[in-house]
Amino acid sequence: MTLLLDLALAAWLLALAMHIGRAGEDRNAIIAFIAFGLLLGLGWVRVSAPDVALTEVAIGGGGTGILLLRAEAHLRKRRVGLARPMSGAGKAVAALVCGAVTLGLAVAVLTLPNPAPSLAPASAAALEGTGLGNPVTAVLLAYRALDTVLEKVVVVLALIGVWSLAPDAFWGGAPALRSAMAPASLTYLARLLPPFGVVIGIYMFWAGADAPGGTFQAGMVLAAMWLLVILAGLRPEPETGRLALRLLLVGGPAIFLLIGFLGFAIAGGFLAYPEGAAKPLIIGMEAALAVSLAVTLALLVAGPARKAPGS
Amino acid sequence: MSLLANAFTLLCVALGAVFFLAGTLGLLRFPDALSRLHALSKADNLGLGLIVLGLLPQASSLAGALKLLCVWLLAQLSAAAVSQLIAGVIHRRGPGP
Amino acid sequence: MADILTGAALFILAVTAAGLFRTLRAGAPAERLMAVQLLGTGGAAALLLLGTASGAEGVSDVALLLVLFAAFSCAAFALGGDRSTRPEGEDGA
Repeated sequence: MTLLLDLALAAWLLALAMHIGRAGEDRNAIIAFIAFGLLLGLGWVRVSAPDVALTEVAIGGGGTGILLLRAEAHLRKRRVGLARPMSGAGKAVAALVCGAVTLGLAVAVLTLPNPAPSLAPASAAALEGTGLGNPVTAVLLAYRALDTVLEKVVVVLALIGVWSLAPDAFWGGAPALRSAMAPASLTYLARLLPPFGVVIGIYMFWAGADAPGGTFQAGMVLAAMWLLVILAGLRPEPETGRLALRLLLVGGPAIFLLIGFLGFAIAGGFLAYPEGAAKPLIIGMEAALAVSLAVTLALLVAGPARKAPGS
Repeated sequence: MSLLANAFTLLCVALGAVFFLAGTLGLLRFPDALSRLHALSKADNLGLGLIVLGLLPQASSLAGALKLLCVWLLAQLSAAAVSQLIAGVIHRRGPGP
Repeated sequence: MADILTGAALFILAVTAAGLFRTLRAGAPAERLMAVQLLGTGGAAALLLLGTASGAEGVSDVALLLVLFAAFSCAAFALGGDRSTRPEGEDGA
């Protein structure tokens, strides 16, 4: 029965992907893409990777979706890129490249020696020392913490890139996110969903130490809730020049780096945690990172400043 | 006791599945957009509700059961608002074919 | 029991997929939005069934996020992408 389910799920994912590829209009493709992200989350659950499933649903189904929708709305308003659908030859080349990548991946997976090389036993053995129960969180914040620091810094750099698109007169001002008119049902949704979302976000981060979940998922949930409140016009867009906002943005990575350098003094290495204090340090870092990430992701979606500061 | 709980689960899950089927049939067969939306929201929420109800006796812990209820509550509240939102958009554009 | 629950999940997913492809082909963009909403509820139901069948923790968390982000994406579409097309007022509320 489970085999049948897996086969069916794979077939639906493929069919949905084909549908996205063939969709004539951008917005149809985006809606199908959001649905694809949600369905792919189910797929990740089937391969016993709930952490990835949570991320896929949050980023693929939520974050990327709104990013693409805003980009499409922007293009439509400027009337650019509408009259040039991809040519048949272009589509054929894209299909060929995608097919080659898929084939290469399939060959790589199928030629793995049996049993496949794995660091799972070593990772599980060291789990005791971190005090954590979720091996994924241990990899992200203890074994390979350096990768995670750089990843968070990259997200902030991406935001700086987006902000630099603002005209000089608007530098430090607020982005334009609020809809011209919010229907009453949306205002209702924007009042209803955030309390749930904030609790779910905090739960995601808290459960992440011992169960599936973690910073990235929590950050995306919190960002989505903030965006919803701004979209419905319940709260104004934040001014990008405000000191408090910028402190929140860099707070997470800064605390991460601070603890990393403190590791030289107290535990004998960059990003080394002292014996017995690993878990509280990791939880503290995760909390700061989740808040920073939430603000960064929300502002990435909001885009560059569109109003003069102080207006 | 466990036999009774299992029978309850099977009954509720089967009923829930029937409601999902009814919702999709409505989606496939109903003539205009608003009635299709109606079929979707009514049937699906009842379907999910019945499945959650059926799974409650199988929950391993109280926290697990509470989480099941939370999923249902969230789905119920958000679906109501989202259906209205979609209906509003359809209404403004004029009913589709 | 686990097999029956997995079977129920398969059935609900099949029914959801049928509805999904129908709505994705619909005429009005707003109607395609129903596909996302449909996948939110259908996917959550399937996940809860699968989670109970396999006894795996954390699956219901995925269901929770699925419902949350389905609603969020619908709201984002109804607002974010729609500004330039309709300057007139809202739905009579």
